[in-house]
Amino acid sequence: MARVASETLKSRVPDGPIEQKWDKHRFNMKLVNPANKRKFNVIVVGTGLAGGAAAASLAELGYHVKSFCFQDSPRRAHSIAAQGGINAAKNYPNDGDSVWRLFYDTVKGGDYRAREANVHRLAQISNNIIDQCVAQGVPFAREYGGTLANRSFGGAQVSRTFYCRGQTGQQLLLGAYQALMRQSQLGKVDICARREMLELIVVDGIARGIVVRNLSTGQLESHTADAVVLCTGGYGNVFYLSTNAKGCNVTAAWRCHKEGAYFANPCFTQIHPTCIPVSGDYQSKLTLMSESLRNDGRVWVPRNAGDPRHPSEIPEGERDYFLERRYPSFGNLVPRDVASRASKERCDAGFGVGDTRLSVYLDFKHAIDRDGEDAVRKKYSNLFHMYHKITAENPYEVPMRIYPAVHYTMGGLWVDYNLMSNLPGLFVLGEANFSDHGANRLGASALMQGLSDGYFVIPYTIGDHLATSELPEIPEDHPACRKALASAQNRIDRLMSTGGKRSVDSFHRELGQIMWDKCGMARNKAGLETAISEIRDLRREFWANVRVLGRGSTLNQSIEKAGRVADFLEFGELLAMDALEREESCGGHFREEHQTDDGEARRNDNEFMHVAAWEFHGVGEDPTMHKETLNFDHVPPSTRSYK
Amino acid sequence: MSDEHLNLTLRIWRQDGPEDRGAFRNYQLDNVSPHMSFLEMLDVLNEQLIASSEEPVEFDHDCREGICGMCSLMINGQAHGPDRATTTCQLHMRRFNNGDTISIEPWRATAFPVVRDLVVDRSAFDRVIGSGGYVSVNTGNAPDGNAIPIPGTTQEVAMDAAACIGCGACVAACKNASAMLFVSAKVSQMAVLPQGRTERTERVLGMVAQMDKEGFGSCTNTSECEAACPAEISVEHIARLNREYARAALTAR
Ligand SMILES: Cc1cc2nc3c(=O)[nH]c(=O)nc-3n(C[C@H](O)[C@H](O)[C@H](O)COP(=O)(O)OP(=O)(O)OC[C@H]3O[C@@H](n4cnc5c(N)ncnc54)[C@H](O)[C@@H]3O)c2cc1C
Ligand code: FES
Repeated sequence: MARVASETLKSRVPDGPIEQKWDKHRFNMKLVNPANKRKFNVIVVGTGLAGGAAAASLAELGYHVKSFCFQDSPRRAHSIAAQGGINAAKNYPNDGDSVWRLFYDTVKGGDYRAREANVHRLAQISNNIIDQCVAQGVPFAREYGGTLANRSFGGAQVSRTFYCRGQTGQQLLLGAYQALMRQSQLGKVDICARREMLELIVVDGIARGIVVRNLSTGQLESHTADAVVLCTGGYGNVFYLSTNAKGCNVTAAWRCHKEGAYFANPCFTQIHPTCIPVSGDYQSKLTLMSESLRNDGRVWVPRNAGDPRHPSEIPEGERDYFLERRYPSFGNLVPRDVASRASKERCDAGFGVGDTRLSVYLDFKHAIDRDGEDAVRKKYSNLFHMYHKITAENPYEVPMRIYPAVHYTMGGLWVDYNLMSNLPGLFVLGEANFSDHGANRLGASALMQGLSDGYFVIPYTIGDHLATSELPEIPEDHPACRKALASAQNRIDRLMSTGGKRSVDSFHRELGQIMWDKCGMARNKAGLETAISEIRDLRREFWANVRVLGRGSTLNQSIEKAGRVADFLEFGELLAMDALEREESCGGHFREEHQTDDGEARRNDNEFMHVAAWEFHGVGEDPTMHKETLNFDHVPPSTRSYK
Repeated sequence: MSDEHLNLTLRIWRQDGPEDRGAFRNYQLDNVSPHMSFLEMLDVLNEQLIASSEEPVEFDHDCREGICGMCSLMINGQAHGPDRATTTCQLHMRRFNNGDTISIEPWRATAFPVVRDLVVDRSAFDRVIGSGGYVSVNTGNAPDGNAIPIPGTTQEVAMDAAACIGCGACVAACKNASAMLFVSAKVSQMAVLPQGRTERTERVLGMVAQMDKEGFGSCTNTSECEAACPAEISVEHIARLNREYARAALTAR
C-alpha cells in the first residue's frame, strides 16, 4: 500500500491574475549577467523538440552547453516522427480563437488534472513558437496568397493547427537541430551523440551531473555541470508495442527518480485511436495514422456484426458512423481518449473488422468524392504512402483499418512552475515532465509544449536557479561522481553475468502484454493487483534468467536494451500502483468501476483533484505519494462532454 | 498476396569494431512471414542467434516508420533495398521470394566509418549542417509568422527539399560516395525561402567546403542518389546548388 505524505507539494506558481503571472514572474526572477553566463555549464539530455530548443537557446544566451542523445545524431530524436501539427492561438483563420480559448480547451481536454497557470503560459507562448519556427525556415503549409494555413485537431472547434504536410515534427525538429548545430560550430555546445544517460550525479542535494555510456565504445563517462536539463521524452514503450520509436525509454527519468526526483501521475497514458492494427506476433512497433486524418476521414463499422462484405459494398444505411452517432457536435474530432474507447467498445461488442476483428474503418471516400483525390493527396500523401507500405492496401481505394495504440505519456517527473523537479538543479522539459496535459493530451499540443519549454521557459527559469544557488566546482573524481560511475558499472556487470536463457526482447514483450491487458485502455482493481504481482515475478525472473551476450567494451545493443527493460520492469509497477490508487476515471485513465451508464468516464473531483507525485524508497518497497492539490479558478470543472 | 512463408539465406556483414577487417557470414532463416518488415525479420534472426549463444547482429534503427533516417542497410547492393521511396524499415518481406539469398551490408563510404557490424558513423552530416545549414536567428528575434508571405508554390519546393531524412543512402548509392544530394537539399530549401536568402553566400560556400573536408567524393551526375533516396529528393536540387555555388563564388570577396 502507498503511504501518503502529509504536506502538499508546492508548485511555486506566482501570485496575481493568471494573464500576468508569467510576465510578472519573468521580472521577479534573478538574472545572470551576460558576462557571467559563460562561466556556467549546463547539461541538456535529449535533443528532441524540448532538448534541441533548450540547448540551442541556452547556448545563444552564452551558457556553455553539453547536449546528449542516444541516437547517432541529434536530428533523429523521436520528435522527428510527429506527423500532424502544432497548435497556436494565432487566430489567423478569424474563427474565434484566442489565448484564452486555447488555455480553456487544453485544461478541459486534460480533464481538469493539469495545473492552470502552466497551461495558460503555454497558450500565451504558443504564438511566439510559430514566429520563431517560420524565421528558421520551417516550411509550414500556406494558402495560395502566401499566408500560413491551419487545420483542425481533436477536442477543439477552431482551426489552430499549423503543419508541414504529414511531417510537422520533422520540420520543427530540424529547425531546432540546425540552431543547435550552429551553436556547436560556434563552440558553445558540445554534441555528445550515441551517449546514454545512466545515472544522475547529486551533490549536497543538488543535481550536478550525469553518467553516460558511450554507446560506440562502451566507455562510461561522468560529466559535471551547474544544472541538468532532462528532455528525454515519454515512457510509452513500457507497453512494448507503441507508436514510439524503438529506443524511447524511461531510463533517464527513472534513474533520476531513484535519486530522489518525484514521478508524477505515471498512470496518465494516452492511447491513440488511429493506428495500424497489430498483424502478427513478430510485430515490433505500431504505426500512427495522424489525428489530422480525422479532418477528412470518417470512422465506421458495419451495423451487422461480422458483415463479410467488402467495405465498399456495404451501403450507407448499413454502416454505423459511431463517433458521429454518439458525439454529434464533435463527431470524428472528439479527443483521443473518447475516440479510442468508442472504437474498443464497438470491437468488444463484436462489430470490429479485419481478420482479427480488432479494427474499425477510417474512410476517405467522402472526402475524395468531395474534394478530389489530389486535394487529399496534398494533405496526407506521406501518411497514405506509409499505410500502403505496411499493409499493402491502397487507402485511396479501400478504407484504412485502424485500432487504438499506446502513443503518449502525460505523466512524468514532477516539476514546479519553473520546470524544476523537487531535486534542485534538475529541470525536466517536454514529454518527460508531467505538467501541462493533465489526464489527456489534445492533438498537436505536445510539439507546442516541447518547444515552449525549450525555447521560451527554460532560458528564463534556469537563470534564477544559477543566480541564487551555491554551486562550488565539482571535480571529475568527486566521490559523488565515483559513486555514480560505480553504480552504472555494477548494473552492467550484473546484466552481463546473469548467464540466463531468455532474450531481453522476450521479457519486454511479456511486460508489454501485462501492461496492455491490465493497465491499458480499461483498468480495474483486480486486474491492476494481478499486474503488480506479475510484474514483480517477471522482474525476478529477468534478473535470474536474462541472456546478454557480447562485451561491455563495444557497441552492444543488447546491453542498451537490457538496461532499459530492467527500468521498465521497475517503473511498470509504479504505473500500475498509481492507476490502482486513482479511484476515478479521467482522461486516458479509465477505471471500469467508475463510469456512467452510457460508458463515459466518471471523475471524482472531491477526492482526486490532485497530482500524485511518487517518492522512491527502493525496488519493491512502497513509495510515498506526495499530493499537489489542483485549483481551477478560471476553468470551472464540469463533466467533459463532446456530445 | 501470398501468405506463403519464406526460407531465406542471409549473407550478413559482421565486423567486430572499427579496426576489425570484417567478413560476410551466412545464416539460414526459415519460416519468415511475408507480412514482416525487413527489420522485424532481422529481429527474428537475432532471437535465433541469441538462443544459440551467438552475438546478435548490430544494426541502426529507431522510428521504424521511415522518418528518423537511422536505418541504413545495403540490401543486395541497393541502399535501402529494391523499393523506390522506401527506407529499410518500411521494406516488407513480401518483396522477397522463398529460397532467396539476401546480402546485407553497411553503408560504404570513407566519410561513414563502420562502428560495428552494420552500424556506421554519420556525424559528418552533422558537421556539414553546422557549416551553414541554418538561418541565424536567435530565439526571440522573430517577426510575426505572417509578416513575409510565401507563395504556396515556393513553399512546396522548400518542403520537397526539406523532406530529406539525412539517412545517407545517397552517399551509399553513389560510386564516388558524394554527399551532393544531401547538401543540395538543405541549400535549396534555404535558397528558395526568403528567410534563408541573407546568408545564401556563406551557406553554400561553408557547406560545400565542409563536405569536401569530410572526405565525400565529387558528383559526376549519375543520379544514383536520386534513385536510392527514400524521401524522393530530386537531383534538381543539385542543379540549384551548382547555381548557388557559382553565384556565391562570384560575389564572395
Ligand atoms: C508517431 C507520433 C506522432 C506524433 N505526432 C504529434 C503531432 O502531430 N503533434 C504533437 O503535438 N505531438 C505529436 N506527437 C507527440 C510528440 O511528438 C512528442 O511528445 C514530442 O515530440 C516529445 O518531444 P521531447 O523533446 O519531449 O522528446 P523526444 O523527441 O522523444 O526526444 C527524446 C530525446 O532524449 C534522448 N534520450 C532519451 N533517453 C535518453 C537517455 N537515457 N540518455 C540520453 N539521451 C536520451 C533521445 O536521444 C532524444 O534525443 C507524436 C508522437 C508520435 C509517437
Ligand atoms: S528506422 Fe527510422 S527511418 Fe528507418
